[in-house]
Amino acid sequence: MIDKQIPSVAAAVADISDGASIMIGGFGTAGTPDALIDALIDHAARDLTIISNNAGNAEAGIAALIREGRVRKIICSFPRQSDSYHFDAAYRAGTLELELVPQGNLAARIDAAGAGLGAIFTPTGYGTLLAQGKETREIGGRHYVLEYPLHADFALIKAQQGDRWGNLTYRKTARNFGPIMAMAATTTIVQVQEFVKLGEIDPEHVVTPGIFVQRVVQVDAGPTQPGNG
Amino acid sequence: MQRLSRDDMARRVARDIRQGAYVNLGIGLPTKVANYLPHERETLLQSENGLLGMGPSPAAGEEDWDLINAGKQAVTLRAGGAYFHHADSFAMMRGGHIDICVLGAFQVSTKGDLANWHTGQSDAIPAVGGAMDLAIGAKNTYVMMELLTKTGESKLVDACTYPLTGLACVSRLYTDLAVFDLGPDGARVVDMVDGLSIDHLRELTGVTLTSA
Repeated sequence: MIDKQIPSVAAAVADISDGASIMIGGFGTAGTPDALIDALIDHAARDLTIISNNAGNAEAGIAALIREGRVRKIICSFPRQSDSYHFDAAYRAGTLELELVPQGNLAARIDAAGAGLGAIFTPTGYGTLLAQGKETREIGGRHYVLEYPLHADFALIKAQQGDRWGNLTYRKTARNFGPIMAMAATTTIVQVQEFVKLGEIDPEHVVTPGIFVQRVVQVDAGPTQPGNG
Repeated sequence: MQRLSRDDMARRVARDIRQGAYVNLGIGLPTKVANYLPHERETLLQSENGLLGMGPSPAAGEEDWDLINAGKQAVTLRAGGAYFHHADSFAMMRGGHIDICVLGAFQVSTKGDLANWHTGQSDAIPAVGGAMDLAIGAKNTYVMMELLTKTGESKLVDACTYPLTGLACVSRLYTDLAVFDLGPDGARVVDMVDGLSIDHLRELTGVTLTSA
């Protein structure tokens, strides 16, 4: 019997080792797997590479990982926020490496990794600072930049419903990076609001098929709280 | 001459957005355009974080923080709207499925180069978000901004001095003083506020302008 359910968030992240690369879902507070990030902080792995859209807000989530000195490098599109002071301080002190990626290229590189592609040519960023030194090609009269896939050892994501095979549904804009990060990581760990019986999710409504998911842990996180831009 | 207020600028942009258009409104001033798109016109607003058919802000106390826009504000979804993941969202932009995106800017060149993500200051923390994808992906990229900086320098320039967001991507520029078409042939004035002459506009901007 396949059973991907894990009894606790602590057990779900227990084998994340120092130096691991970790994708973390979420855009604002929507879809951010807070309970898994809290477990990662308690777990004490360090020297991490984090791949996420943002670099955290105030004292929670990725901001707390940075505050605790666990993050070596962050790959993201929008680190600067009104309350990203932990990122700002670490970046200015030179203790945190930043790879800034346009948001659509971030999504496309994650998607490419999950789909097993060797690279992509993207028009985004051509002629800008973010494409400096990168290979370019003109295809059909348009200019493209060569970008490589983004894989990760782990993905931490949040979903609405999950079953023991790892099938997932999401809620509204909390879907964001979840489905593509699940495909791009070796081990995908999902915090689900509701754990349901096999077959309870209408197969027509499965957004992430269980093949892309390794661990499911049920956490009643309550309603999503507002975040800052 | 009477400069357009920010709401008047938004009203002016909205006038050019036709029935049935798929539109992405950037963070800041462009979000105001939504206030002037009549519901019955069925203009479908896309938000980069995964929704199409975005509706107005919910009433106070009715916010659902799983339903937010790119600026992380609570929004609503119109009947017929849809949710999708980030790869699909940016495929809508990059793949040329979005008809119009409206962005703010630090500078725009007469040939349509856009600078809106980085001031270029060495101590600034860079953040790009979806700006580069939006700039080059939509069928039509419009910019709305005040024409002059607070110190009176033109933000419409021959060549951008700030780091670029995209090359030759802006086709139309809406400002508080005039509307311009931009492209390989340079800037062409589409309309101006009452009491402003093209010669005065040339003096203010210092760039070559042709008129319709």
